[in-house]
Amino acid sequence: MKTFPSPEALRRFPFGLADIAVILGTLVLLAFIARIGAGALVSFEPPDVMPAIDLDPRNLPYYAGRSTLRMFIALFFSTVFTLGYGYVAANSRRAERVMIPLLDILQSVPVLGFLSVTVTGFIALFPGSLLGLEAASVFAIFTSQVWNMTFSFYQSLRTVPKELNEAATLYQLSRWQRFTKLEVPSATIGLLWNAMMSFGGGWFFVAASEAISVLNQEYTLPGIGSYVAAAIADENLIALGWALLTIAIVIVLVDQLFWRPLIAWSDKFRMEQSASVEVPESWVYDLLQTARIPRMLSKALAPTREAVDRLLSQLTPPVSTFKDRSNQEQRGDRLYDALLLVIIGILIAWVFHFILTTVGLGEVLKTFWLGIVTLLRVTILLLLATAIWTPVGVAIGFNPKLARILQPVVQFFASFPANFIFPFATLFFIRTNISIEWGSILLMALGAQWYILFNSIAGAQSIPTDLREMADDIGLKGWQRWRRLIIPGIFSAWVTGGVTASGGAWNASIVSEIVAWGATTLTATGLGTYIAEATTIGDWPRITLGISMMSLFVVGLNRILWRRLYRLAETKYHL
Amino acid sequence: MTATVAQDVLIAVENVHKRFPLPDGKGEFTVLSGVSLTVKSGEVVALLGRSGSGKSTLLRIMAGLIPPSQGQVFSNGKPLRGANNDVAMVFQSFALLPWLTVQENVELGLEAQGVKRDERRQRALKAIDIVGLDGFESAYPKELSGGMKQRVGFARAFVLEPQVLFMDEPFSALDVLTSENLRGEIDDLWNAKTFPSKSILIVTHNIEEAVFLADRVVILGSNPGRIRGEVVVDLPRPHDRASPRFASLVDYIYTVMTNPEIEVTGEIVAKTTPTLATVSPYAKALPHVRVGGISGLLELIVDQPQGTDDIPRLAERLQLAVDDLLPILDAAVLLGFAEVSQGDVRLTEIGQDFATTTILRSKDLFRQQVLTHVPVLNSIVQTLREKSGSSMRAEFFLDLWDDHFPHEEAERQFATAVDWGRYAELFEYDAGEERLYLPEPNRDLESSISSSTPTG
Repeated sequence: MKTFPSPEALRRFPFGLADIAVILGTLVLLAFIARIGAGALVSFEPPDVMPAIDLDPRNLPYYAGRSTLRMFIALFFSTVFTLGYGYVAANSRRAERVMIPLLDILQSVPVLGFLSVTVTGFIALFPGSLLGLEAASVFAIFTSQVWNMTFSFYQSLRTVPKELNEAATLYQLSRWQRFTKLEVPSATIGLLWNAMMSFGGGWFFVAASEAISVLNQEYTLPGIGSYVAAAIADENLIALGWALLTIAIVIVLVDQLFWRPLIAWSDKFRMEQSASVEVPESWVYDLLQTARIPRMLSKALAPTREAVDRLLSQLTPPVSTFKDRSNQEQRGDRLYDALLLVIIGILIAWVFHFILTTVGLGEVLKTFWLGIVTLLRVTILLLLATAIWTPVGVAIGFNPKLARILQPVVQFFASFPANFIFPFATLFFIRTNISIEWGSILLMALGAQWYILFNSIAGAQSIPTDLREMADDIGLKGWQRWRRLIIPGIFSAWVTGGVTASGGAWNASIVSEIVAWGATTLTATGLGTYIAEATTIGDWPRITLGISMMSLFVVGLNRILWRRLYRLAETKYHL
Repeated sequence: MTATVAQDVLIAVENVHKRFPLPDGKGEFTVLSGVSLTVKSGEVVALLGRSGSGKSTLLRIMAGLIPPSQGQVFSNGKPLRGANNDVAMVFQSFALLPWLTVQENVELGLEAQGVKRDERRQRALKAIDIVGLDGFESAYPKELSGGMKQRVGFARAFVLEPQVLFMDEPFSALDVLTSENLRGEIDDLWNAKTFPSKSILIVTHNIEEAVFLADRVVILGSNPGRIRGEVVVDLPRPHDRASPRFASLVDYIYTVMTNPEIEVTGEIVAKTTPTLATVSPYAKALPHVRVGGISGLLELIVDQPQGTDDIPRLAERLQLAVDDLLPILDAAVLLGFAEVSQGDVRLTEIGQDFATTTILRSKDLFRQQVLTHVPVLNSIVQTLREKSGSSMRAEFFLDLWDDHFPHEEAERQFATAVDWGRYAELFEYDAGEERLYLPEPNRDLESSISSSTPTG
C-alpha cells in the first residue's frame, strides 16, 4: 500500500493555467451579477421617485450590464417555455391543434405590441418597485425570442428519426429518459441557432422597452436603451457615440463568451453519423475542455444526477404504444372540435363587439388604410434592399475568401440594434429636410436589410461550382446569367431573408414611424405611429385595434405571399 | 439454446391483420392479412419478402411497437400489450444516438431498466467485448465505420440478453465486404452456442442471406401482405454456400419470389393460371421502375446466350438486392419484353428488338407494349382524349389511385405512370401546373425549334 503520493502526481500541478482562468472567470461573473442584480430592487414611487439616467459615459458598463442581464433572464424563460410548450404540442394531438395555430398568430403580433398591452399590468403587479418595469421589459424581450425557438423545438420533436424513436420505445425509456437522451439532444442544434439569432434581434427590443411612455407617463429603467433615450432628449451626440461603442463591445463579448462555446459544444448533437469537415471552434470552449475543474465537478455530481434521473424516471413511465383509436375517442374529437369552434367564435365576436362599441367601424377602416401605408413602406424597403444588397451579397458569396471574412461582420450588423442609429438618422432628416414619410423607410431598413444581404451571401455560396462553370462555358453573361442561374439559385435563400426582413420591418415600424430628437418629434402616417400614439395616451381600444390590424396584415401576407414562395422554393428551385 | 426436441414457443402470432385508413375516409388499406407465425426456442427464422409485403410491419407488431388491427401476439404465453420486453432489436440504420459514446449507447437499455451504474458498466463492457469493439468504449458513433456502428447496435441488443433477437435488415446498409464479414461473425457466434438470445428473427430481402442464416425461411406475399409458406433449410450448420443443396434452395426461393401465383410448398409446382378479374385499372400496382432501368437490364440479358439468364447469377453480377431487381423483372414481364420461369429470365422477340434497336424505334415499341399490356396508361390516355383541351388535373388521377392505395403509394404510382407515359410520348406532364395533357399533333415540328420538354 502506498502512503505517499507518487512522483508523477507530485510533478503534475493539480490545477493548470486553464483552471485558474476558469476560477477567475467564474468569480468575475458572480461579482458582476451581484452588483447589477442589486440595482433592480431599488424602490420606485411614481411619479415622485424615478430612476434618473446619468449621461456620464463611466456609467455605461453598469447600464450595459443591466440590459444584458435582462436579455439573459428573458433567454432563460424563453428556453423553459420552449421546452414545455413544444413538448406538449408535439405529444398531445388535441393540444397540438390549438397550440400550433396559436403560436403562428403570436409570432405575427408585433413585439412592441405585447409591451403596450402588458406594461400597465406588470407595473400594477409590483407596486413601489422597479420590478414591474423590469418584468415588462423582460417580457418584451421574451416575446421577441420565444416563438422562433418554440417552433424550432416542436419541428425537431416531430422529425426525430423513426428508428431512433422505435429504439427508445423498445428499450422502454421512461418519458424523462426519452426527453433528456433523445428529444432534447436531437433538437439542440436547431434550438441553439434559433436562440442565437433571436437573441441578436432582442437587443433592438431591450433598447426600445427600457424607456417607454404609457398613460402619458414616462417610464425609465436603468439600461443602455434608456441611456440612449436620455442622450436623445439631451441632444448629446458624444454620449450617443459612447453608447454605440458600448453596445458593439457587449455584442462581441456575448458572442465570444456565450454563444461560440455553446455552438462548439453542440456540434456533438449533429445527426449525421459521419465526422464533419468543418467543426465550429471556440477558445472559451477549448479552455473549459482543458481545465480539470469542470470534469471533477461533473464526476462528483454523478451520483446525485443518477439519483435524480432514477426518481424522475419512476415518476414518468414509458408511454404505451397500444393506444386504441376507438369510436369513442373519435366522437370525443368531434366534440372537441365543436367546442374549439364555439370558443373561437365567441372570442372573435367579443373583439368585434369591443372595437365596434368603443371606436366604431370608421376607425377600423382608418387603421386598415394606415396598414396599407405601412405595407407600402415595407414593400419599398424589401425591393430597395433586394436591388442593392443582392448583387453585393452574390459578389461576396462567389468569393470564398471574402465570404469567410465578411460573414461574421454581416452577422454582427444583423444583431446590432438599429434603434441606436436612429438618432443620427433623425438628425440627418431634420438637417436635410427629408420627410419622415420616406425617411422611416430608411429607419426600418437599418435593421431589416442585413437579413437580405446575409441570405444572399449564403444563397450564392450554395450554387454548385459546376453550374457556375457551365454558365461561363456556354457564355451566359449579364442579365441572362442572373435570370437563368443566379436568381433561381439564390431564390430559396432570398425567401428566407425576405420573410425575416419583412417581419423585422413590421416590428420596427412602431418605433421608426415616430422618432424624436430633443424637443422635435417627426411623425409619419402609418399603423406603427397609430399604435405608438395609442400606447402613449393609454387608449385601450385603439391599442387593441392597431395591434390586431398589424397582426392581421402579417398573418395575411404570410399566407398569401410568403408561404407560396416557400413552396415554390422547395419544389422548383431546390438545389 | 440448443435444438432440443421439445421446443418452447417464445412468440406466437395468431391471425394478425393490420390495416391503415386510406386518405379522406376512403376505406382501408390492408398491409397484413391473416398472419400466423411462431418463433420457437433455439431456431433462426427469416422473414423474406419483397417491398410491400409488410415484413417490417409484422416485425414491429411482434416487437409491440405498433398494435395489430385484429388478432393477437403472444410473447412467452402472455398477450402483448405494449413494447415487448422479451425482445431486442437491431435496426437497419443502426439507430444509435450520435451524442452518446459507444458505452453509453450500449448501456441505454439497462439504464431504462434502472440497473445500477457499476453493474451497467460491467455488463456493457462484456457485450462490447463479444462484438469485438474492445477499446472503442469512449468513441462516438460518428468516429466509427458503418460495420462498427452496427456492431454497437448488436452489443446494445445483446446486453439485454433478450429471449428473441430481432434484426431488421441489419446488413443492408453496409457495403458488400463489411456485411459479409459481420454476417459470418454473427453466424459463428450462433453456431458456437454462446449467443446471448434463445432465438433470432431476421427480416431480409436478400435470399442468400436468408438461406445462409436461417433454419426456416418464411416467405411473405404482397398486396395484401400474407404468409405464402415456408422453406425449411435442412442443412448442417454452418450452412455451406458451396453445397448443391444450398444452390437449389436459393434457386427455388427465387422461382417462388418471381412467380406470385405459385404455392410455396418446398417442392416446385407448375404455375397456376392467374384468375382474371374485372377490377379498376388503377387497382393494379405498377412496379416502380424507370424506363431506363428496364432497357438497361434487357441490354445485359440480350448479351447472354439465347437471351436467357439465371436470376440469382444476374443478381450477383449486378450486386442488386431482390427489392431492386425484382421490380425491374416484373416490369419487363408486364410489358411483354421477357418471360420468367424456373429461376431463369428469357427475352421475348419484342424484348430482344427493344434492347437492340435505336431510341426512336424503341419508343415506338414501348408505346405499343404499354397500350396493349398496361390498362392504367390506356385509361389515362382515354380520359385525356375525352376532355376538351385534352388536359386534366393530376389530382383527378391521384384520386383514382387513392381509392386503392395509401396516399404516398398513390403518388409513387402516379410518378411511375408519368415516367412511362412521357417516355412513350403518350402524354405530357406540367409539374408546375400539375396537369397532364396530350401532346400536340405537330409537336415534332415545334420541339425542333423551341427548347425540349423536361424529362425525368
